[in-house]
Amino acid sequence: MIVAKGLSKVYGEFRAVDGIDFEVHRGESFGILGPNGAGKSTTMKMIAAVSKRTDGELTILGKDPNLKGPEIRAHLGVVPQKDLLDRELKAWENLYIYGRYFGLSKKFLKPKVEEMLAFAQLEEKRNSKVEEMSGGMQRRLAIARGLINEPEILLLDEPTTGLDPQARHVLWDRLFRLKENGVTTVITTHYMDEAEQLCDRLVVMDKGKIMAEGTPAGLIKDYSSKEVLEVRFGTDRNEATAPQLATIAERIEVLPDRILVYVEDGDAALEKIHALGLRPVTSLVRRSSLEDVFLRLTGRSLVD
Amino acid sequence: MSDLKFVPGQAVNVRHAMRVGAFRVAEYRLRNMAKWWDAIIAFGIGNPVLYLVSVGIGIGALVDHSTGGHGIGGVSYLQFVAPALLASAAMQGMSDEVTFPVLEGFTWSKYFFAIGGTVISPKQIVNGIYLAAFVRGIWTVLTYGLILLAFQAIPMVSFFPLILSSLLAGCGWTAVMMAVSAHIKDDDGFFAIIGRFVIAPMFLFSGTFYPLSQMPIYLQWIGWISPLWHSTDVGRVLTIGQPTQPWLMVVHFAYFVAMFIGGFAFTYPVFARRLAE
Repeated sequence: MIVAKGLSKVYGEFRAVDGIDFEVHRGESFGILGPNGAGKSTTMKMIAAVSKRTDGELTILGKDPNLKGPEIRAHLGVVPQKDLLDRELKAWENLYIYGRYFGLSKKFLKPKVEEMLAFAQLEEKRNSKVEEMSGGMQRRLAIARGLINEPEILLLDEPTTGLDPQARHVLWDRLFRLKENGVTTVITTHYMDEAEQLCDRLVVMDKGKIMAEGTPAGLIKDYSSKEVLEVRFGTDRNEATAPQLATIAERIEVLPDRILVYVEDGDAALEKIHALGLRPVTSLVRRSSLEDVFLRLTGRSLVD
Repeated sequence: MSDLKFVPGQAVNVRHAMRVGAFRVAEYRLRNMAKWWDAIIAFGIGNPVLYLVSVGIGIGALVDHSTGGHGIGGVSYLQFVAPALLASAAMQGMSDEVTFPVLEGFTWSKYFFAIGGTVISPKQIVNGIYLAAFVRGIWTVLTYGLILLAFQAIPMVSFFPLILSSLLAGCGWTAVMMAVSAHIKDDDGFFAIIGRFVIAPMFLFSGTFYPLSQMPIYLQWIGWISPLWHSTDVGRVLTIGQPTQPWLMVVHFAYFVAMFIGGFAFTYPVFARRLAE
């Protein structure tokens, strides 16, 4: 569906995307994970056939977006980071008018709009103006709008940024249903839990480059341990305690507020720490996440 | 709660979609304008009625009285100002639909970027916005023209030629204002500045309320570069039989066409560039 080879986007001296390679296959949910400024949104704009690449190759649905932009966009659904809804129009009108941009007929759109409102669980807000809807509702409306042309690929740029936890879970449910329905999705996010939940496969981006590629579980397996023990000794003592902790684990990461100890068995590691005579203020054992993968790959936290 | 039932990629007829793009943007703009239909109708009718009563009849009575009933150039003051008022209304009504909507589309709601994600090209967005402004222009000049007729400010025989010449002025001016709007990145009161330092002087120095020849020669250039004067001059030839030269009429129409072409030439690349940002 999408093939990128050496894909680059340069603004003046700044290489926003710096020679990345990836492929997205039919029916797949593909994620681009990275912190703000990693080049995710720039990559997404090139996939959306609105921003031309500076260098490299990019093929979407077998076509070159630099040459066949409208033909490609006809079969894409785009859910931008900022919903970009018309605030003067009602919910149903936003869907209807957007469908009209794809040349769709009134006869086709009449039932389609209702189907999409139902999918987005917005039937009751059908006649509400966008400004009368919550952030989560607006985002669901933007997703419904992105599906109005029955796209082959749905592009979601930071789909849950700015939403409260409950709204995020409602949205995840909708996106998971899309995946079950076989819609190919490309998602950018800086939330690792979101990437783990929604993506079959993902790339980790930083500073315009791809640092790693694989399934969420595969990346965690390749770049992190099974479990992570988080211990806090107090801001002043974390750094001083680190050398002792290094003796019980293959890898540790000293963060300003805590130390991450990468081990196969977190509880056993905690016992060893106690045996060394160390008494952490707090301790927590958890499974490794993509956050740990990112930390390993870049030496920085995703939310820096 | 419902699931989706569709075969991805089957709904859109790309060739058809690419053909009708500009009309679909115009459809959107007209739907959006319809939300303000009461204001548009009230402005379309209220503006000419108030102007004609106050300027045409109020000041007109004074002017006509002071000239011993001869008015200006042998016609009543109301008939003298009528073509200028109509051209001004066309320019104002049409340009309203390309100034703030373009700022809205790029800067406030950024809705143009949503349209840009569909089949529609930047050029089609420009054409669609302009087309909707043209519809507003037709409504404005027809309403205004009929009210001018009702006030006997223009002769029946001049109605359609005057409508056309006013629309032409509106078209040229609107293309220029669209180009200006496309270049604005921040809402820093730019339109207020344009209103005070471009539109207001243009209205006052374009021979709207008195013949341009009344002005000292060093101020007449304001009229010469003003689309309002060009339209007013054409209008007065059509309605009150003002003497003219054929070359001057050619200049008037060439000026409208130049504004139209220049406006679009400066708008298309800016839309394309901004939508790809």
